[in-house]
Amino acid sequence: MTVALALEQLLNGLQLGVMLFLMAAGLTLIFGVMGLINLAHGSLYMVGAFACAAVAAWTGSFWIGLIASLVAAAAAGAIVELVVIRRLYDRDHLDQVLATFALILMFSEGTRWLFGSFPLYLDIPPLLQGAVTLPGGTQYPVYRLAIIAAGAIVAIGLYMLISKTRLGMRIRAGESDREMIGALGVDIRTLYTVVFALGAALAGFAGAMVGALQSVQVGMGEPVLILAFVVIVIGGIGSIKGALLGALLVGVTDTMGRFLLPQIFAFFAPPAQAGMIGGAVASMLIYIVMAVILAVKPRGLFPAAHA
Amino acid sequence: MNRENLVNFILAVLLLAVPFAANMAGQPFYVTLATRVAILALAATGLNLALGLGGLVSFGHAAFFGIGGYVAGILATHSFSGEPLLFGLSGTNQMWVIWIVAVLLAGLLGLAIGAISLRTSGVYFIMITLAFAQMVYYFAVSWPAYGGEDGLSILVRNQFPGVMTMRPLGFFLICYVVLLVGIGLFALIRASRFGNALQAARQNEVRVATVGIQPYRIRLTGFAISAMMTGLAGALFADLNRFVSPSMLSWHMSGELIVLIVLGGTGRLFGPLAGAALYVAFEYALGGITERWQFFLGLILLVVVLFARGGLLGLLAGKARHG
Repeated sequence: MTVALALEQLLNGLQLGVMLFLMAAGLTLIFGVMGLINLAHGSLYMVGAFACAAVAAWTGSFWIGLIASLVAAAAAGAIVELVVIRRLYDRDHLDQVLATFALILMFSEGTRWLFGSFPLYLDIPPLLQGAVTLPGGTQYPVYRLAIIAAGAIVAIGLYMLISKTRLGMRIRAGESDREMIGALGVDIRTLYTVVFALGAALAGFAGAMVGALQSVQVGMGEPVLILAFVVIVIGGIGSIKGALLGALLVGVTDTMGRFLLPQIFAFFAPPAQAGMIGGAVASMLIYIVMAVILAVKPRGLFPAAHA
Repeated sequence: MNRENLVNFILAVLLLAVPFAANMAGQPFYVTLATRVAILALAATGLNLALGLGGLVSFGHAAFFGIGGYVAGILATHSFSGEPLLFGLSGTNQMWVIWIVAVLLAGLLGLAIGAISLRTSGVYFIMITLAFAQMVYYFAVSWPAYGGEDGLSILVRNQFPGVMTMRPLGFFLICYVVLLVGIGLFALIRASRFGNALQAARQNEVRVATVGIQPYRIRLTGFAISAMMTGLAGALFADLNRFVSPSMLSWHMSGELIVLIVLGGTGRLFGPLAGAALYVAFEYALGGITERWQFFLGLILLVVVLFARGGLLGLLAGKARHG
């Protein structure tokens, strides 16, 4: 094991964490403001990826595709909120889970209907192709660094939006007392639609960025959705800060676990077995971390004040 | 006999009559469909203990369902190959042994998952049960000894004394009897002191604690029993398909189990059976019409959740009495 390889894995973990943050931020915002658990968030991620791949293939430009992914995911989010989600705010969590589970079925099958069963491919834009040399001599793809940077910019932007703007003030007010801000004359229904569309756009953006690394296919959102759930449970549901730290923790733990555990087990067991046990434990590692954190702090690391 | 009992009785008789008629008409496929209904209904009845009585929305019951399936698969494989399993114990192809092991393991897993998950409530509980089920799922995928991602085939359906299990009708009858026992157990638990405490903990946790019952213990017990019943259904399901794979552990499976309960009617004695029958019928009927049946299933489910609360039994037998 070299330091360079470890550094590369650490960056991969950061990149995963940043993507998870984009997903988790939307989920946690929607839960914090509207008290809604949204399983269909992964579908919005998929919508973003498909929109980006389709538009990029049509126009030949990744950047137009990226904009399309934001627009498509936000629009899909707004439509879903207007038609379905707003009927669910007063329902219990079971109804919310079921209705959004139904939405997943519809989104997945609908996408398969539109685009067929074969995965689409999305090329990395020419500007971000190639690799840089890390200290230690390994090559690292520029695109992954760009994802980390984009995620950091979005995180800062989101922080500014929520802490410095009027919309952000309303979102925070909505989190602490939604009846009160309704009584103060804020159009709460529009605010909910905006928050939902914002969360959807973040998910769509993440989907588009990751789409260039993996194939764009139906069902791609589901593993990410579940990781994002782990993230917000660890971070404390409703807390953006918790989502950020949780996402980085999960991203780095998962990647480093897959890299290090087989090597650690190699001290005790023959290589083939060590790989097998290490791989199996590594795939469960973040859930074990989650269980430990919850055993100590049942409401996550940064529990939101209410909820 | 009140209306709900009548509907329940008709459901139970129908589930028994359809396979016999199909068998006589030489259509064993419908026997298999009915077996599927019975097994899914059993799994959902297990979940209904936690969800319907205890109000514990577990989104991770696929873990127990899958564990049951893998117990059947692994024991049968070892019995077939003759390799010892653990500590020199051999595998088995006797269903009743498999059932006992499946129930015990699912119960233990239920205790472990429940002990941590029940410290939380609400959305946290939903997500944590989901995450634990995913943990088991990924373990099954990445553990190559029993097929990993490809799953594990059971070459010959396991044996039950006095029944030709390879005959569809014989196996159906086993599943049917087990389902009735499961539903009976649900009814007994619901009427028992323990069941009352479990329901009371759903309705008002503070009051339960005030009269000196610890809600946590009651819920944990309920959750473990629920896991056991779902695990047993998993063992039967593996035998039905003669195949077990990580898809039995996937979160879609957990979702489907919840869907069955809600389609049928949450907390109702025969809700899971009504839901499972409806679900399998949808799957079969829509699947015959269009390849895109999942889309329409989603649409129907959405309409049921938004507008037709109470499910099929709510429609047929009226509102549930508050229990």
